[in-house]
Amino acid sequence: MNRIIEKTQLSQEVFRMTFEAPDIARERKPGQFIIIQLDTEYGERIPLTIADADSEKGTVTIIFQAVGKTTHLLASYEPGQHIENVLGPLGQPTHIENFGTAVCVGGGIGVAPLHPIAQALEKAGNRVIIIIGARNKELIIMEEEMRAIADELIICTDDGSYGRKALVTEPLKEQCEKNPDLAVAIGPPVMMKFCAETTRPYGIHTVVSLNTIMVDGTGMCGGCRVTVGGETRFVCVDGPEFDGHLVDFDNMIRRLGSYKSQEDDAHHKCHLDLKIEAEKQK
Amino acid sequence: MSYIAPEELKKKAGDILEDLKGKELKAKDRIAIPLQEMPSQDPKVRKGNMDEVALGYFEEQVKVEALRCLQCKNAPCIKGCPVAINIPGFILAAAEGDYGKSLSIIKETSLLPAICGRVCPQESQCQLYCTVGKSLKDVEQSVSIGRIERFVADYARKAKAASVPECKPDTGKKVAVIGSGPASITVAADVRKEGHQVTIFEAFHKPGGVMVYGIPEFRLPKAIVEDEIQTLIAMGCELKTNYLIGRTRKISDLMEKDGYDAVFIGTGAGLPKFMNIEGENLIGVFSANEYLTRVNLMKAYEKERSDTPIYQAKKVAVLGGGNVAMDAARSALRMGADEVHLLYRRTEKEMPARVEEVAHAKEEGVQFHFLRNPKRIIGNDTDRVTGLEVLKYELGEPDDSGRRRPVVIKDSEYVMDIDTVIVAIGNNSNPLIEKTTPGLETNKWGNIVADGNGKTSMDGVYAGGDIVLGAATVILAMGEGRRAAASINARLAGQ
Repeated sequence: MNRIIEKTQLSQEVFRMTFEAPDIARERKPGQFIIIQLDTEYGERIPLTIADADSEKGTVTIIFQAVGKTTHLLASYEPGQHIENVLGPLGQPTHIENFGTAVCVGGGIGVAPLHPIAQALEKAGNRVIIIIGARNKELIIMEEEMRAIADELIICTDDGSYGRKALVTEPLKEQCEKNPDLAVAIGPPVMMKFCAETTRPYGIHTVVSLNTIMVDGTGMCGGCRVTVGGETRFVCVDGPEFDGHLVDFDNMIRRLGSYKSQEDDAHHKCHLDLKIEAEKQK
Repeated sequence: MSYIAPEELKKKAGDILEDLKGKELKAKDRIAIPLQEMPSQDPKVRKGNMDEVALGYFEEQVKVEALRCLQCKNAPCIKGCPVAINIPGFILAAAEGDYGKSLSIIKETSLLPAICGRVCPQESQCQLYCTVGKSLKDVEQSVSIGRIERFVADYARKAKAASVPECKPDTGKKVAVIGSGPASITVAADVRKEGHQVTIFEAFHKPGGVMVYGIPEFRLPKAIVEDEIQTLIAMGCELKTNYLIGRTRKISDLMEKDGYDAVFIGTGAGLPKFMNIEGENLIGVFSANEYLTRVNLMKAYEKERSDTPIYQAKKVAVLGGGNVAMDAARSALRMGADEVHLLYRRTEKEMPARVEEVAHAKEEGVQFHFLRNPKRIIGNDTDRVTGLEVLKYELGEPDDSGRRRPVVIKDSEYVMDIDTVIVAIGNNSNPLIEKTTPGLETNKWGNIVADGNGKTSMDGVYAGGDIVLGAATVILAMGEGRRAAASINARLAGQ
């Protein structure tokens, strides 16, 4: 179960991994996610987005950034190894129909979950404009896959090392002027917040996909709760997608920092471990 | 109740036995025998560890306690038991020292005695009707049926005498059991015994349901639940963890594509209720489900080894008065909180928690605040909890449940200095299966509608436990499981 088929390092901290998970590959729909755990006794459960899946081969592809203990450890796994526990697909699938023109904005590794959504929107007959952004050229992912789907692909980097030197909100605003029918924004919470603020004056329905702290991912713990339109919603079962104009991003961003001190320690330790590992290999 | 050291309890029981040796006991003699207290870890020690608090009777104690039973002809206790265990029967066998026989009498109707002996609310079930308790006008003086049950179950466990039940030859029929809590474990065992293939689907990475993620180690050691699961596997049941029915596979697919002849839904009451008050999404507010899952299933109490973080709580408020509230409060103490306050909006008398859990919580230093309810949670500029605004209540007229309704006292607000709030006011049923199974009837609370035999509105689909009852108890779930299994077995035999 969950045997890793392929692993590619996309940038210093970003990895693409394909593993066998036939049930998930068969059932998953755009917008859904999985939860993984690397050790049944002591591992933590973390939500990860699905970048792609192949129902015939029975494989699922994830793209993740090594930010915490589990993702660092996962990054060290090689093809042939198994991911001990994988649960999914979780969450509500994206609502897909022919809206007309859809602007899809992906920031950082948010491009990964955006990929199946953009793909489905394109398949449903939408004109799909894709904006992808990252801090620098090295961190731009899935460019070719997105280019294959997009009617128009706009790339921007914060430092101008590739594509336009701009934040994604700049081309998004230009697109808003052309009156698209839908916006989808997935990326770091701050990016989604400002994308929602960009589209708000234009009244363009904006879907965001939230990635919060979770334990079970099935509605049982409520750790993922967010305030949407003044009401409490669970990202794992009510989401992960919500109307970006209604999400209380400030509270969500603060909640993500609930365990910050403990996570910083873990991150620091992981980097030390990786460094020691690198030293050993020399 | 003041703390008595286990050795002392053992000695006292030994003395009593010596005294009673060879005597013919009349009813009044039996009633005069003192109740045997449960030996437990010293409160000062145990609040620093996760080990089981109640240590179980010594053999001397079980013999003494069993002698307190009057062996009433009409056995009122049986009527109080959701699965109608032959209580006088198993107690008599225990009094005679035949623990094997005692256990087999229990197992005629109950599948999980080591678990039920620990977590059943006996004082509101069997022990509520006990003649001894009635004669002494105190339900807490009833024969300790649960403690005797636990002793005989543990006795067999320790002796590794628990055998794997025999299963009939393979019928070629397949049953899917969804969830692996008490209802599901019961169904799996009873259906497998009839020779049907059983697959258990569990969403978590470990089986056991609420007995593993919710009830803490110090109240129900995980090894006991694990034993029950291993018995199922030894019987030939297949277990699939990380498998969420409704998402990984739909019920209709199980029946139409995967060849299951019947499905049992035992997914429990999993969706935590919140109070819908201001500040509930601040950092430091948790559902009891989340807090307990982090501590128990994810083992946050083993700080050095577990990867799952736990909030560094110092001043904790737990909201609610049930067993889950007690579990959360006592877990918070064990995770290093300096103060744990439990707020309940009625009085101690109305609290639904087991008497023993309340007593244990008090001994460990949990501070109880009755007739109190939170008004809002206060946070600082980084959205972290700093306080809890509380309202005082008084008891008014009885409500539908027969309990006196708590009524708010106007302008009674005050603020407690708190950094963590754990909400333990109950659970709703998880809507996932309902949403992904067209044709499955549910009621207005989202519970699956099932008849007395566990049959739902869908042919071949059965349900039981909390998903049908709303949040209830292990033994009720087990009782439901037994009935559903009987009905599944009858259906498959008729096919």
